[in-house]
Amino acid sequence: MRAYKPKDNVQAKAYYTDRFYVAPQVPKTAVEEDEIFANDLETIKAKFDVKDAYIQVEQMVVYIDAHDIYGVLELMRDELAYTQLSEMSAIDWLEKDNTFEIFYQMLSMNKRKRIRIKYFIENGQAVDSVEKLFRSADWSEREMFDMFGIEANNHPFMKRILMPYDWEGHPLLKTYPLEGDEFAAWYEVDKIYGKEARDIIGPELRDPARVDRYDSERFARLGHEVPKGTKITGDEPAVTQSYQEEGGVFMVTKLDKESSKVIDDPQR
Amino acid sequence: MAQHKVNYTQDGGLPIALTSVDKIVNWGRSNSLWALTYGLACCGIEMMASGASRFDFDRYGTIFRASPRQADVMIVAGTLTKKHAEFIKRLYDQMTEPRWVISMGSCANTGGMFNTYATVQGCDRIIPVDLYLPGCAPRPETLQYGVMLLQKKIRANKAGNAQKAKRLM
Repeated sequence: MRAYKPKDNVQAKAYYTDRFYVAPQVPKTAVEEDEIFANDLETIKAKFDVKDAYIQVEQMVVYIDAHDIYGVLELMRDELAYTQLSEMSAIDWLEKDNTFEIFYQMLSMNKRKRIRIKYFIENGQAVDSVEKLFRSADWSEREMFDMFGIEANNHPFMKRILMPYDWEGHPLLKTYPLEGDEFAAWYEVDKIYGKEARDIIGPELRDPARVDRYDSERFARLGHEVPKGTKITGDEPAVTQSYQEEGGVFMVTKLDKESSKVIDDPQR
Repeated sequence: MAQHKVNYTQDGGLPIALTSVDKIVNWGRSNSLWALTYGLACCGIEMMASGASRFDFDRYGTIFRASPRQADVMIVAGTLTKKHAEFIKRLYDQMTEPRWVISMGSCANTGGMFNTYATVQGCDRIIPVDLYLPGCAPRPETLQYGVMLLQKKIRANKAGNAQKAKRLM
């Protein structure tokens, strides 16, 4: 039997604890344990400065200098057969030490291996574009710029990709509120109707389940409908719903609610 | 020349049905509601299913048109993002009056589950809406019933009077 836990104070306790506030670290192993990774790392180390390297979840993670990124990826593509850039983006560490961590996820179909290249940049610093090496970096770098505000040098079209061009703010930063800042809250109203329309249209209603009992502009109380804009007092007469046109439809006799049987009991 | 069979014993011998201008205009309007193909997200799939053979919108005279200039009713089927908001206004303005809007599904009604920075919290912040359909996504039956309710709403209008143009502001 399961051990008994007293349940009389369940409500007072927080039912949810933020256990991923500090992300738990998966065990890291040395690169030497895998022969292919060890050879790859030797090739990179021969030409470039490697700050740290380890294996985590069967993938090698290599930390390099920010200015080496184009050379490292070129070496990996041409000499080490890592021919695909699966993904690249940034991680926001601004709160911790005012840096972004940039990662490039590489895949080799020949070796059946994945390597993640990482480096840190300061806030406000730009990265070198690898769009000339991997076409997939084109949109990834634009997305990184859109979401974090990190620009890529030598990119052919450094513009936002997801948000509109006239958007302000970078939504994936940890300081950006999920429901948007003031610019985001009024974006569509400002753009279409102008700032002076804010008072008329009103702020966003963020609770989708919200029903104003006395609002006859937006809501209708089922069974007690009133014309739009009527002031609701609370003692509206019941309105019988009819699902048929007045006067009936050709070939269909009028539905008589009085003579029909309503089945209330769900267990009937 | 066509030979019309006229029953001379009925209606004073005239092949004529008498009605009012309101009724004949509303009959025409409500029975040929041409909808704009405007599937924005997954509700669009249900809207397509409503138009396809199983549910068959053609029975109501509702045909989907790919141009707002040929459409009477805009079915906002799906999540309206803030990036797209200006285009829904532009398409709505391009529709000829009289025009109606059905807001289909939770996202178009209130923003739904997307309580985020990038979603318009209800398409009635941009354009005036006649009918809100609940559901995520509403079944084709809901959309059919919504179109029937819209037809009923149109028939209740006075067509003879110049209709007051609907404006959000």
